[in-house]
Amino acid sequence: MNSVGEACTELKREYDQCFNRWFAEKFLKGDRSGDPCTETFRRYQRCVQKAIKEKDIPVDGVEFMGPNKDKPES
Amino acid sequence: MVKYFYCSGLLKSTWDQVCTAFWQRYPNPYSHHVLTEDIIFREVTPNNCLISRRLLTKTSRSPRWMERYLPKHMASSAYIIEDSIVDPQKRTMTTLTWNISHARLMSVEERCHYEVDPENGSWTEIKREAWISSNVFGLSRAIQEFGLARFKTSVTKTMKGFEYVLAKMQGETPSRSLAETATERARETALAAKEKAKDLASHAQKKQFV
Repeated sequence: MNSVGEACTELKREYDQCFNRWFAEKFLKGDRSGDPCTETFRRYQRCVQKAIKEKDIPVDGVEFMGPNKDKPES
Repeated sequence: MVKYFYCSGLLKSTWDQVCTAFWQRYPNPYSHHVLTEDIIFREVTPNNCLISRRLLTKTSRSPRWMERYLPKHMASSAYIIEDSIVDPQKRTMTTLTWNISHARLMSVEERCHYEVDPENGSWTEIKREAWISSNVFGLSRAIQEFGLARFKTSVTKTMKGFEYVLAKMQGETPSRSLAETATERARETALAAKEKAKDLASHAQKKQFV
């Protein structure tokens, strides 16, 4: 799958590979021994956050789970 | 005015497998409209939950009668954010997905809850809710109908996509015909939805001239 920043796709793939392994083999099994992916995540984030700014994608100021207010059923 | 939708579905895989597949669901044969995928935030909380934010770019896929109401400079692809919390202790995952572009034209918010199927510990139940709203004067009902119809088609594609990815992960060769049937059915549903929304739109437009 491609990244929104064309230059970041390789870094994304590297991070995804590390994350998927950690997630299935450690995180879900309750192993809290630490995250082996911090470095590759940092490299990937540096690239993708830059791409987001350059493309003016409106991600800023959106609270985590932001729209999760009580909504009326129609 | 908001259109509300609820459905629940089952995946015949364990919660662990479904959560693992969740991060690997793109690309799949049912996701050609998803152009890019990025994790733009991720953290393990002090109580050991994984919180993530994913940014997706999707093709806009609005019908022509809707596109007339989009300002010319607006991107033809749509940006969507998906926030999620995975709790490996409680064995639950909650996701919230909404579009951050085209929101004034139509806003779709979806909340999903993934948990172990209470009737079968090796399966996973997904409860899905969506809120679809539009603020375009005179057309909001037509747009909401279109949005709801397209959302229902998306749900089918999402589940098929999940099944495909899960089968691949478990070393099975997912059947080609699964993909073909899905494309056919998605096309039929989309066509029917298009017709219905077109009807509503032309009806609304006629009213404006009365």
